[in-house]
Amino acid sequence: MLETAKTARVWDTLERSYRARIERGAAFADGKTVRRDEIVSFLEAVIEPGDRVCIEGNNQKHADFLASSLAKTSTDAIRDLHIVQSNIALPPHLDVFERGTARRLDFCYAGPQGLRMARLVGEGKIEVGAIHTYLELYSRYFCDLTPHVSFVAADAADADGNLYTGPNTEDTPAIVEATAFKSGVLIAQVNRLVDKVPRVDVPGDWVSFVVEAPKPHYIEPIFTRDPAVITEVQVLMAMMVIRGIYEKYGVTRLNHGIGFDTAAIELILPTYAQDLGLKGKICQYMSVNPCPTLIPAIESGFVESIHCAGSETRHGGLYGGALRRVLHRPRRHDALEPHLLSARRPLFRSLIGSTLQIDLEGNSSTATLSRITGFGGAPNFGSESRARRHGSEAWLKAGREQRLSGEMPRGRKLVVQIVETFGDGMSPTFVERLDAWELQKTFDMPLPPVMVYGDDLTHLVTEEGIANLLLCDTMEEREQAIRGVAGYTPVGMKRDREMVARLREKGAVQYADDLGVDKRFATRDLLAARSIKDLVAWSGGLYDPPSRFRNW
Amino acid sequence: MRVARHSFYEATARKRIDGLLDAGSFREFCGPAARIVSPHLPALGMPVAFDDGVVVGEGTIDGRPVLVAAQEGGFMGGAVGEVHGAKITGLLERALDVKPDAAILLLDTGGVRLHEANAGLVAMGEIQRAALSARHAGVPVIVAIGGKNGCYGGMSIVARSCDWIVASEEGRLSISGPEVIETVEGIEEFDAQDRALVWRTMGAKHRRLIGEIDALVADDVEAFRTAILGFVGRPRPLDLDALEAEHEMLSRRLERFWDCADGRDVWARLGVNDPASVPALDAAGFNGLVDALSGGRP
Amino acid sequence: MEHLEFDYDGTGEKPARALALAGVVGSGNLEVLIEAADLGGRCAAVVDTSVRGFGETWRQVLADFFARHGLSDVRVSINDGGATPAVVSLRLDQAAAEIKDAQA
Repeated sequence: MLETAKTARVWDTLERSYRARIERGAAFADGKTVRRDEIVSFLEAVIEPGDRVCIEGNNQKHADFLASSLAKTSTDAIRDLHIVQSNIALPPHLDVFERGTARRLDFCYAGPQGLRMARLVGEGKIEVGAIHTYLELYSRYFCDLTPHVSFVAADAADADGNLYTGPNTEDTPAIVEATAFKSGVLIAQVNRLVDKVPRVDVPGDWVSFVVEAPKPHYIEPIFTRDPAVITEVQVLMAMMVIRGIYEKYGVTRLNHGIGFDTAAIELILPTYAQDLGLKGKICQYMSVNPCPTLIPAIESGFVESIHCAGSETRHGGLYGGALRRVLHRPRRHDALEPHLLSARRPLFRSLIGSTLQIDLEGNSSTATLSRITGFGGAPNFGSESRARRHGSEAWLKAGREQRLSGEMPRGRKLVVQIVETFGDGMSPTFVERLDAWELQKTFDMPLPPVMVYGDDLTHLVTEEGIANLLLCDTMEEREQAIRGVAGYTPVGMKRDREMVARLREKGAVQYADDLGVDKRFATRDLLAARSIKDLVAWSGGLYDPPSRFRNW
Repeated sequence: MRVARHSFYEATARKRIDGLLDAGSFREFCGPAARIVSPHLPALGMPVAFDDGVVVGEGTIDGRPVLVAAQEGGFMGGAVGEVHGAKITGLLERALDVKPDAAILLLDTGGVRLHEANAGLVAMGEIQRAALSARHAGVPVIVAIGGKNGCYGGMSIVARSCDWIVASEEGRLSISGPEVIETVEGIEEFDAQDRALVWRTMGAKHRRLIGEIDALVADDVEAFRTAILGFVGRPRPLDLDALEAEHEMLSRRLERFWDCADGRDVWARLGVNDPASVPALDAAGFNGLVDALSGGRP
Repeated sequence: MEHLEFDYDGTGEKPARALALAGVVGSGNLEVLIEAADLGGRCAAVVDTSVRGFGETWRQVLADFFARHGLSDVRVSINDGGATPAVVSLRLDQAAAEIKDAQA
């Protein structure tokens, strides 16, 4: 028989805490609906010092009203919060640290706030737990970083707290489930209160309170890339990707980054790739952010289905149009899936993306000395998923090419980086040593902030050519393959020309001629759309671009 | 290679001429190999262009002989320097000798090249005089506007001194640029960042509706060619009666619209039922509207 | 501004056409004028660039260009507004393709 402990452990701490918070909050609410004018007092009643708090701030959808309200609370009532949040995007997200409401931070991506963030870390106002990948942070939500209180944004709510997220679900389900299933308080800001929501995306049982925001929640149109800004060099690299990777491996399922490099690829699918007879053979199924530059490829039937986690609907991103197409033209676009109930980031296939710095092992990083930005989803997309296996042509072919492996055949995910050899102000993209090492020291991080590790990378595309790292037998070959496409950067000028010539013979380095790419066609004429207005025309008027991108 | 259309907006000066004239008919004067470059820019530590940013020459359009000048908007914003201006002036003076069926100016310019100061200003006056001389000799001078820089400053005055103006919706025509107006009058008066406002005020649709340009076309080199061809060999009268009629028209216009605060107010007064929809119309839809409004210069 | 002059061994045939021009002088852009010239089989290049201090890069970019295309008896003249080597190489290749093309 076990001896019973003298002081019995309390097994319902969370439940009691939850009930107490709800009771305190109810004073400022009618049922579940918080009176908007009393939102600051409400937050002071519900949140306790030291709480872990999540403010929904995904790529685009932001609980901005709740974020700015939190920044107005008294530090007597709320202080030393631990913010666990994917995306630090808006000024109030950092205001709470500046004024002491919050102290500790676990996050994934800081984007435009990266400079201010670096300053606050330097001043000791922010203690960074870690810069996570999305997968890491959301997994930890269910483990040891579970929020006590979460703020989410939705399109509409009813009196019972049922939420309709609209077409823009993003990571809401992960936040909701982690919070609600562990007795956390879930507060939703909604654009409108309605009698009956059009569709229940989040059941009211999981939602503690709702508040109608004075303005619809903020959406950042980060996926809108104006085709007018795409350069001929980007068109050239796009041509090489289509011939040297998509055509060669028969890539049909893939993810694209959101930069201009990948926008250029999307815009020459209906022109260049179509003329090469590749329609139906490449890029049929894309898991991407809703980039409007995909419209011509969708409308021309080149891309058959698109799967994505967010939208820029209200600001008129792709899915403003696409969603309506699903409703009105189901036969043609029935494969589009603008609404998605769970974050499926791990499912992505081949990744094609960009970066700012690459070293001789192929490690890449967008972190530079003066900024802390994090990498968003890129580390998850841009890694070999060793748990996965399937029988697609691209997967098997890459696996066959992979050197340095034993007898057992296995596949390989293609992870491709596209970069120009020089960035802004003639700063070389290729470096002997990443700034990430310095950054690690400066901010006392456990690891240098690397976005994509060299051993996960399979191909490197520059305007000079493609380095196929799968075909490199030694680290020395790998280094020379990278130097062999590094152009006239100091790294590229130091190449061993004989070795690069040998690598070229075996296909580990390929230039435009080797790929059958005629540079004379590398002009903007190849772009299916050369302006935002062209995209509107392609969409038959359904695409409604953000105002800052129009001249009409 | 599959190309939906050849954008006039995107094309270089040379590509615009290629698309406008009959294939192989163009003969350039003072071409890049002659290296007649700006004498002023090197002194300022600035790069020169072998053609000083303008291509001039002769050729045929649908078999009819024409002289043509095309400003390169990518070089110094198409601004007119001493050599640049002299090339256009010389071309227009040549019209007096060879009597072509038209002199065509493809303009893409912010106006005078400030780096060349007085030389640029003098060039502007010379171009205008040469254009009027060509017209006086019965050679129609046709202007096309549809590049990134629009047509501003002294060249906008030149443009309005010519016989005909063809523009795409992307085109803009005004003396002062948006930034200049904002700087002088204040952002409350004119917000240069508000691109829609800029186009409602200076854009080709507005200019077409108030009768300052004669044809609005889609942003397509072929569409420009067709519209320009329609004016080849068709000089407008240049005499006292014509000038007085023009002045009369301008006074009436001022009387009719002086209190309008926005392009949309002007369009409404012109009888456009849904002024807010005008900016979104494509060229064909817009021209349908113009026809419906009974057309012509008000 | 910086003025640079280079010359190289010729490695191929004389061009089919008299001259070709590619690009426009602008920020981050350049114009390349390539002309047939009687240089006793050699190739020459003259560069006027708004960005100083990249002479060695220009030398290498042009050396690779002439080697890649197998040209002789041509002069390349460049007015540069600060283009990256990527853009420079692209313009050079565009100009070379045109001057070698007897059909155009």
